[in-house]
Amino acid sequence: MAEPVIKVEGLYKSYGPVEALRGVSFEVEEGEVFGLLGPNGAGKTSTVEILEGMRTPDRGIARVCGLDPEKSGIEFKEKIGAVLQATSLPDKLRVKEAIELFARFYQRRANTDELLKRFQLDEKRTAFYSQLSGGQKQRLALAMALVNDPQVVFLDEPTAGLDPQVRREIYDIIEELKRDKKTVLLTTHYIEEAERLCDRVAIVDQGRVIALGTPRDLKHASAGTTRIEVRLTKPIADGALARLDGVTDCREFDGAYVMHSSRAPQTIVALVKQLEAEDNELQSLEMFSPSLEDAFIELTGRRLRE
Amino acid sequence: MAANVITNTWTLTKVRMLLAMRNRTFLFFSLIMPLGFLFFFVLVLAKGRAGWIAYTLGAVLTMTVMGSFWGLSVQLVTFREQGILRRFRLAPIGAGPMLASSIISNYLMTMPTVVIEVLVCRWAFRMTSWGNLWAIFLLVTFGSAAFSAFGLIVASVTNTMQETQIINQLIWTGFLFLSGATIPLAIFPGWIQRLSLFMPATYLATGLEAATTNLAGMREILTDVIALSVGILVAFEISRQLFRWEPEAKVSPRAKLWVVAAMVPFLIFGAYENLAGTRLEQIQKDYHFIQQVESHSDKLRRD
Repeated sequence: MAEPVIKVEGLYKSYGPVEALRGVSFEVEEGEVFGLLGPNGAGKTSTVEILEGMRTPDRGIARVCGLDPEKSGIEFKEKIGAVLQATSLPDKLRVKEAIELFARFYQRRANTDELLKRFQLDEKRTAFYSQLSGGQKQRLALAMALVNDPQVVFLDEPTAGLDPQVRREIYDIIEELKRDKKTVLLTTHYIEEAERLCDRVAIVDQGRVIALGTPRDLKHASAGTTRIEVRLTKPIADGALARLDGVTDCREFDGAYVMHSSRAPQTIVALVKQLEAEDNELQSLEMFSPSLEDAFIELTGRRLRE
Repeated sequence: MAANVITNTWTLTKVRMLLAMRNRTFLFFSLIMPLGFLFFFVLVLAKGRAGWIAYTLGAVLTMTVMGSFWGLSVQLVTFREQGILRRFRLAPIGAGPMLASSIISNYLMTMPTVVIEVLVCRWAFRMTSWGNLWAIFLLVTFGSAAFSAFGLIVASVTNTMQETQIINQLIWTGFLFLSGATIPLAIFPGWIQRLSLFMPATYLATGLEAATTNLAGMREILTDVIALSVGILVAFEISRQLFRWEPEAKVSPRAKLWVVAAMVPFLIFGAYENLAGTRLEQIQKDYHFIQQVESHSDKLRRD
């Protein structure tokens, strides 16, 4: 069997008293798009930055293409491309100059003009970095990550803070990387992103991988239940919703009750009856088919973006 | 490997020059302000007298060259604080090319100002001779590199821009007023003169003043060039060792002691000059020589 392109084993990292990583382990195969999904502060960025050679782990093994990111220097950097959580360049550097500057550092170089076209930056080639919108800056960061035609691409929250349209554009770019058989490690706290883009996902929480598998497997692990979210005019007694027909699990988040039900229609009928009996009313009701969010709630008891 | 380092250094040098030329603040501090100083010094302090114009040119050139110290530390800290250095860290380049490109680009950007200052003095203010141009060239070259490297050390040992500005201000004031760059060293009390021999700026200022007034040849400036060269090597290596790519990477108080190590060559040169050297004597002699020549010329003009 081929060696994994990325191998992480028992990674630990602390910042003072804060334990960011507490034994993270996973492997990524060649050509795979692998996602680290978790809330802010889960340890995703620490993991990626250790793999990029930008941080030193306290303990554990990190290997990319068989190389130690921290010690392999130039040979390692020639093989990877990365988009940091926040990329910053000098304000007065033009788009074309930025991409050409970074391309010159590598032995193996992609065609920068083609990259600019591919990332829809051709018209902005003479614009200063300070004149770009958030989406354009992120597209430039992605283009810069590919100037050396890397074997492995690290994308740390590549769509965070971008509007939905730009986010979709970036999804298209990542799907293109997937078609090009690049190995991609992606961190995100967007469920949609992980479900749409990743071949496999590791759910990370409080410095640990708490579940790992294909998005489909992880969703199925939440027992094929439907998520029902309701808001009521008055609070309801503890446990009353959990006892409704079909409900396997019920938790309260910010005034909303989130139930998982194996028999959604029966649960709703039972809910309406219960509310009538208690002189309570529905403010809103939403139903969702099983998602990674459900898997996360089941595993941690919290929402992903809490 | 070495070829890569050279290529990367040159690539970064070109980009840094480009960025500097697009920066109005840089143009103000590197061109307009030094020329402002030149006009002020020549017209107000030297009062247009030939001997003093040449002496003044040495002082203004010193200030122009020392400006590298301030500009580079601020630029490096800004790049680090804004997270720009982090992006460069992902690329196959090391701290060496990053630092070397700062020094080279700064030198190349300082040279036009130096040339303009010399030409203005010679042609517009009718300075009687060109001075020793080779000596000026060597001192400007080594001085620019040395003061850039000192600036990089400040950037390496400070954690915030505020800290950088405070340390720069303190060191800059010393460099400016105790080296002979603004006030002739010869008129200071003896103990200040002796103290000034421990400062790198003194070697640049006295060397340049002697070179512009044609009172020193290549042999006379050799000690200055050696002192500045040793300063460059030590300061560059220390700043390379302490270089930080990350905004949140803080330098420990103990690491700040490396600044003292950067001063060791000048402590040695200072001790030597104080105990066995003739520099102070020479400074007095040169200053009084210009004074005598000028009072003689004044007398002739009056007669």
